[in-house]
Amino acid sequence: MAVKVGIPNALLYYIYYPLWQAFFNEIGVQVVTSGKTTKDILNNGVREALADACVPVKIFFGHVMGLKDRVDYLFIPRVVCVNRKTIYCPKFLGLPDMIRHSITGLPPVIDIRMDSRQGYFAMLKAYTEIGSIFNASKHSSFRAYKKACRTLNRYNKLLQSGWNPHEAMSLLRKPGSLSKPPEPSLNFAVIGYPYNIYDSFISVNLLDKLRRLGVGTITTENISPLLLAWQKNCGLPKRLFWTFSDRALKAAHLLFKQGRIDGMLHLTAFGCGPDSLLNKFIELEAKKYKNIPFMTLMIDEHTGEAGMSTRLEAFVDMVKRRKEALACLK
Amino acid sequence: MSKITFPRMGESYRTFKMFLEDLGNEVVVPPRPSKRTLDLGIRYTPEFACFPLKILMGTYLETIEMGIDTIVTSGGVGPCRAGEYAMLHHKLLSDLGYKVKMIVIEPPRLHPFNFYKSVRALNKARISIKGIIAHVKRAWRKLQALDNLEKLSHIVRPREINRGNTTKVYRKALEWIDQAYTTEQIVEAESTALEALNSIPQDANRNVLKVGIVGEIYVLLEPASNLEIEETLGNLGVEVEKSMFLTGWTRDNSWNETSEGITVKEAASPYLPELIGGHGRDSIGHTVLYAKRGFDGIIQLAPFTCIPEIVARTILTKVSKDYNIPVLTFFLDEQTGKAGMNTRLEAFVDLLKRKKQFQSGIESFTC
Ligand code: SF4
Ligand code: SF4
Repeated sequence: MAVKVGIPNALLYYIYYPLWQAFFNEIGVQVVTSGKTTKDILNNGVREALADACVPVKIFFGHVMGLKDRVDYLFIPRVVCVNRKTIYCPKFLGLPDMIRHSITGLPPVIDIRMDSRQGYFAMLKAYTEIGSIFNASKHSSFRAYKKACRTLNRYNKLLQSGWNPHEAMSLLRKPGSLSKPPEPSLNFAVIGYPYNIYDSFISVNLLDKLRRLGVGTITTENISPLLLAWQKNCGLPKRLFWTFSDRALKAAHLLFKQGRIDGMLHLTAFGCGPDSLLNKFIELEAKKYKNIPFMTLMIDEHTGEAGMSTRLEAFVDMVKRRKEALACLK
Repeated sequence: MSKITFPRMGESYRTFKMFLEDLGNEVVVPPRPSKRTLDLGIRYTPEFACFPLKILMGTYLETIEMGIDTIVTSGGVGPCRAGEYAMLHHKLLSDLGYKVKMIVIEPPRLHPFNFYKSVRALNKARISIKGIIAHVKRAWRKLQALDNLEKLSHIVRPREINRGNTTKVYRKALEWIDQAYTTEQIVEAESTALEALNSIPQDANRNVLKVGIVGEIYVLLEPASNLEIEETLGNLGVEVEKSMFLTGWTRDNSWNETSEGITVKEAASPYLPELIGGHGRDSIGHTVLYAKRGFDGIIQLAPFTCIPEIVARTILTKVSKDYNIPVLTFFLDEQTGKAGMNTRLEAFVDLLKRKKQFQSGIESFTC
């Protein structure tokens, strides 16, 4: 029977799962995921994690709880930096340690450190090291890594052509299985961290709700990294230190400037440290673009379906009426 | 002439004021953070900003009322939020319509040019490099004197016979050091001050508990942000040792790791091998070291939503179990009340006392 490695469907899952899955399968290891976030997962997480932690980290704890008894290894890499410039939120940096020292009865945790600042081949080295845990030769790890990178590239292309991670993952498995929805009448930018936006449980179905209200969405992941890099430091003396926050701010700036969106939403988690800066910077920028309404949505473990719907509907209504009024004026 | 201010952290302002004046600046000393400072700060900062950022925002607004137009503060490269405070403060202040200049001092090792520029901007009196170095040395000595005085007060307070004696003498002694200018004066003021503290009537036989304080540097150093926790503990008969002082910390950062720094890092590494920014790793390392030195308990101080301290707290639960040492954490923000804090502290001290009594098998533990 193949060895089983567990990957929680949380945090970096939405960015790297295709790569990880391809890599492990290529070296003959079976990957098990924890599935969609559920009420139980959240409750487990809330129980195991520190009360002062942010919801996404609590949910990660919950996913680990759901996986730990079903797998031989847990894959919780310590992803520090992948672009040589920005690092991940300190909670990502200490994630394997937090898990290891607070949950008991864990299988071995694979917590390889990934830091591209250590040299050009740092990533490759990290993956061969993972391979060696499963007795894969350097050569086969190398091949598996190359192949996995190609998969990740295909995945990223799909994201950049407008699919969301869930859709892109099923398109990777079965190309052409989905067709593009009709052009919506309104387009919103949804800014925020992938693990909040695409986790339909924490985001209380934000993307679906918008779709049902006839609103198309564009997220940071849908934008090509080159365009984002072009934003430089967004007029600040220093860039934001954290990868996701930096990208989100750049996306917000770009989308405001392009002016093709009808509204912008920032989804932020209760108690998120980096967001206290990010949100303020976006808000200050939004003041310059009076024609693009902006709203912040805050989620926590108690966010209810009803409250979220009401706020969204009101916002969409307001944007619609504005757009009609402007069309009349013209 | 332009008026300048800087962030206030405990008593260190006495040194910074002297140093900036030496360089020829007109200095406005930031007032001690008060209720009003907090109210101002909270009104204009994001809800989940760290507590130090909120207080500083309040301080800046207060000093703007007092006529400052330049703020000098530290930068940093993170990975924590503190490195970006200056940027946010500047944006928030300009959004409110205040035109203030921010001089952000970046670590000289990483940004030598930027560091040079900041120093030039501060050097109004056009002092030579040699002169500046002499001023830095003297300022450093003063900072050390202030820290030594504070350290001694933590030892004397729990043993004093007349409640409040230490605090009174300490307040007075601070002024002596404040008045001292030349190195000789500083050294002299320091020894007089230490002597004065030592000569407070003390009960040498008192059974005193020892508690280590770990956590984020700002809330550790600014009594207004931690509701004078050290004084409260001292009055409860607890000797405290703070894991961080400006003189013990600035050194770590600008002169590489000291011998102290390395041991803390080593102590933390079985639990947290990664540098996560802020003082998360130090909190863990110091806890381990305090436990090894036989302390009775640990108090962790952290600003609300502080990322590294949340990581540290998650791991400290395990450290506490492994070393059998109780850890009490305060996540501080504007809503933390002194009464609530004191109740929790009293309960904690009670627990420590009972634990000690149990361990040493003494029947009557008088304190
Ligand atoms: S970025 Fe915010 S939400 Fe994400 S892990 Fe860090 S604190 Fe939590
Ligand atoms: S260490 Fe804590 S208080 Fe300091 S900047 Fe980071 S999050 Fe804020």
